[in-house]
Amino acid sequence: MAAPLTLLLIVAVTIRAALYRSSLADLISERVEVVSPLTAWKRVVEGLALLDLGVSPYSGDVFHETPLIIYLFHFVVDYAEITFMLADVITAVALYMAVMDYNKQVFRKQKFALEADRYPHDCLELIRTPKEMYYIPLKVAMFYLLNPFTILSCVAKSTCGLNNAVISLFILSTIKGNVLLSAVFLSLATYQSIYPLTLCAPALLYLMQRQYIPVNFRRASFWWFMAQYGFMYLGSLSVIVCLSFFLLGSWDYLPSVYGFILSVPDLTPNIGLFWYFFAEMFEHFRLFFLCVFQINVFFYTIPLSVKLKEHPVFLIFMQLAVISIFKSYPTVGDIALYMAFLPVWSHLHRFLRNIFLVSCVLLACSALFPVLWHLWIYAGSANSNFYYAITLLFNVAQILLVSDYFYAFLRREHHLTYGLYLKRKDGSEATLVLK
Amino acid sequence: MAGRRCSFSAILRVFCYVSWLAFIVAESQETKLNVDRRAAAVDSPHTDTAGRVSEQPAAEETPGQQEPAAQDTVVPSSATSFKDDFQEELVIRPLHSGDIYASFQFRTLWETDFMSGNKVSHYRLYPKSLGQVISKFSVRELHISFTQGYWRTMQWGQPFLPSPPGAELWVWFQDSVTDVDGTWKELTNVLSGIFCASLNFIDSTNTVQPSASFKPLGIGNDTDHRFLRYATLPREIVCTENLTPWKKLLPCGSKAGLAVLLKSEKLFHSSFHSQAVHIRPVCQDWECKTSSWELRQTLNVVFDLHTSSQGKREWSLFKMFSRTLTEACPLASSSKIYIDVTDNPEGEQFEVTPATPLLSKAVVLGDRRTFSVYDLTQQITFGTMRSLNLLIRWKTSEGDMLRPLLHAERYVAGYGLQTGEIHTLMYNNHPYRSFPVLLLDSVPWYLRLYIHTLTVTSKGKDNTPSYIHYQPSKDRVRPHLLEMLVQLPPNSVTEVTVQFERALLKWTEYTPDPNHGFYVGSSVISSLVPSIVAMDINSTQERPLFSSFFPCKEESSYFVRVYTEPLLVNLPTPDFSMPYNVICLTCTVVAVGYGSLYNLLTRSFQIEEPSPGLAKRLANIIRKMRGVPLL
Repeated sequence: MAAPLTLLLIVAVTIRAALYRSSLADLISERVEVVSPLTAWKRVVEGLALLDLGVSPYSGDVFHETPLIIYLFHFVVDYAEITFMLADVITAVALYMAVMDYNKQVFRKQKFALEADRYPHDCLELIRTPKEMYYIPLKVAMFYLLNPFTILSCVAKSTCGLNNAVISLFILSTIKGNVLLSAVFLSLATYQSIYPLTLCAPALLYLMQRQYIPVNFRRASFWWFMAQYGFMYLGSLSVIVCLSFFLLGSWDYLPSVYGFILSVPDLTPNIGLFWYFFAEMFEHFRLFFLCVFQINVFFYTIPLSVKLKEHPVFLIFMQLAVISIFKSYPTVGDIALYMAFLPVWSHLHRFLRNIFLVSCVLLACSALFPVLWHLWIYAGSANSNFYYAITLLFNVAQILLVSDYFYAFLRREHHLTYGLYLKRKDGSEATLVLK
Repeated sequence: MAGRRCSFSAILRVFCYVSWLAFIVAESQETKLNVDRRAAAVDSPHTDTAGRVSEQPAAEETPGQQEPAAQDTVVPSSATSFKDDFQEELVIRPLHSGDIYASFQFRTLWETDFMSGNKVSHYRLYPKSLGQVISKFSVRELHISFTQGYWRTMQWGQPFLPSPPGAELWVWFQDSVTDVDGTWKELTNVLSGIFCASLNFIDSTNTVQPSASFKPLGIGNDTDHRFLRYATLPREIVCTENLTPWKKLLPCGSKAGLAVLLKSEKLFHSSFHSQAVHIRPVCQDWECKTSSWELRQTLNVVFDLHTSSQGKREWSLFKMFSRTLTEACPLASSSKIYIDVTDNPEGEQFEVTPATPLLSKAVVLGDRRTFSVYDLTQQITFGTMRSLNLLIRWKTSEGDMLRPLLHAERYVAGYGLQTGEIHTLMYNNHPYRSFPVLLLDSVPWYLRLYIHTLTVTSKGKDNTPSYIHYQPSKDRVRPHLLEMLVQLPPNSVTEVTVQFERALLKWTEYTPDPNHGFYVGSSVISSLVPSIVAMDINSTQERPLFSSFFPCKEESSYFVRVYTEPLLVNLPTPDFSMPYNVICLTCTVVAVGYGSLYNLLTRSFQIEEPSPGLAKRLANIIRKMRGVPLL
């Protein structure tokens, strides 16, 4: 398995290196779909330039990266391209290893269930075979590395790639069962962009499942584990935050990074829902809707954890998708991360209802983004509504995609308990509905 | 690091020199005043080195010409300790383009001391409204200008008093002020009322604190820029309603003296119009033990000769101002008209009637100029007609101007509404001397400057600024401030470029005509420019040999401030008619997300039982009522 992965990595790096050398790199790095005010490379360079001038990068409103990113690029700014390619490679390898481990566990569980004869007899065609699972890790790595969204993001040197690497390392360490590393990487991801905070729910569920701790509020072991993880998470978060404080000697970065993420002052168009909504918002409703939209990201965590407490990895996928749809400054790099998980759920394909429509819409929207942007900004023959319409459609398609996978997942679970070919009372073929 | 230290010392030297010059000028003004008072025939020793800062052709009367002893009768010498003095002056310069440049200056001096904090309630010539503003807000220096039109340096040369298009206000507060921003806010609102201008639109988003470009012009050596505020409103339209309150500040109003010429219907029918008020403390006497307040009201106007005179190249006071002069302001201690005849020594270019025997020489903007002087306090000036109607008749249409040594222009490059690039071009036309300039740019926050894209090139090579002061913007709070010290090589163009990104604003933050674009105030270029006199290579021919080996110190450089064009930049706009639609549509998408997840989270899969037909359901209801088993 190592050989195809190596080949894949070589191909991915070659594509990126070729694009870096081409004239497209400048064009891509200006695209609002690829870079947001939070992740733009131009702004990282600006922050470094401000530091050189002796001005605090956070005294202005251009730079919104965390101090650790400045510190990192202070040293590797000349090797930025290599850094970003490396980040992509790390993400892909981490996801590859994580999915490989996860698949092993899935297979083991399935074997136990089969031996215990827990599945209905007509569900044999839902049982996953090692043969079809063999290539899934490679497909995941391929989906991440060869996804045009990832490539664009990497070529634009969007720091989203680094956040993805941190998140994928968190996923890897969680799936490998390393509690400490999981907490550290989660706190690092939170530190980078707040929203991964919601990933602590799946991490806890997974780690507890792995250590055979029942999710039961009345059990001391449950609370003990929660406290342990919380302590490690908060401890490493406070270490990172204090480290950032000592790097620049001021707390200016807190409002400049997290205040900026939460209060959405920069309305530069992107693929998300926030920019046009808050550009057109009535001033006295602004705070209310800001709260509503931001809560939206965190809102689904608890119900999803309740529903998916047996399947924390699917919960991770759902959370990543929710974050990338409802976050304040989304870019295509965020989408690429959760899309990399799609091959893991390839066994759900028979239950997906509108995957064809959704993928067509996603493809069409991706093509229309630059077209309508050009018409609005350069040609002047369209206006902002055109671009906004495409972002709406793009987000609807993402929502449908995610809910479709969610539906398929739940349905498969239902079939695994009640049998695949359900019969009505009168013996005729039954249809399943949600009630 | 060594380079930076070096540059700091260089810039310090420049500033010291500027403030020293300002000081010298203030002093020389004082001596001039005293000399005038004594009404003596002077062979005055002072040479007005930096006429630039004084913005007035400080006249050096040629020996042998008798100055009239009329001032003391005009100004009643009061017994009070507060003495006021008022002077008025009009300088007319025929420009090479055929236009006429008229510059009015009115100066009121008041020998009182606001600084010491004593309350002053008796006002004579000094306008009470401004006096109260100064004492209430602890203002040390106040400079305000309203300008309509852009001064074309390449066609018209340097103005006596530069000002950017729109409104400009800069104020030095006394160091006793604790809440400078609050005081500034109040002051702008008060001034907005006094001058009927939109100065109340000055807020933190267009106010900056330049660290080097604006030094106090009056006495005082405190240059802590925390007490300085500078703001421009490039979009401000100047019209009659600004002129009327400005005229009311004059002791004679527009009833007598030179101010009768200020008729708005003529003044605003011009290519360029700029009116200003400058308040600063100056020395009372040579020792400078006590200070007095100087209020200088200036009005500069450039008349377009071609549009207003049907092709005849002829100009007169009556034609331009639709008034002639009949008397000086009775309250004025001096009232004079100067006509620049430097380029016309033998009268071959134009002819001035009535002719005057009085000639005055002065160094203005580093150049020796000759002026014909008309003293309005003398009855003889008005002749037998009892009115003075100056007439200039051109004889030839050619004539070329010495190119200004320093000028600048600015434009926005790039296309589309996403990014752009500001180009500032600074021209040094001196054939062999380089000099440093201070460039100040204040750019609104919605053009996000990227300082790492800043390039300064002259003659195709990088020209690293020796000093950069950059303050990045904060969204909706404060603008970008970029100040730098650049050395301009001789005979070169220096190009400063910086890239920016256009922000999308909230729909309520756009002006009522958003597609007109947004104005960016002029850049300010301040510099000590080598004098034109010193540039003269053939100077040995006229002057004695002993005077010409080393360049004369006083005349070697002079202070110039140049303003570039304001920029008009388009920003991307949202659709202003859509707020309800956008709110509804976006909320719908969020609801779709919420709804589909809610559905899947709360419901469970069940086998669908076909619902019975309508007839069967009705039958069941009836059966239920009858109490028989259902079907």
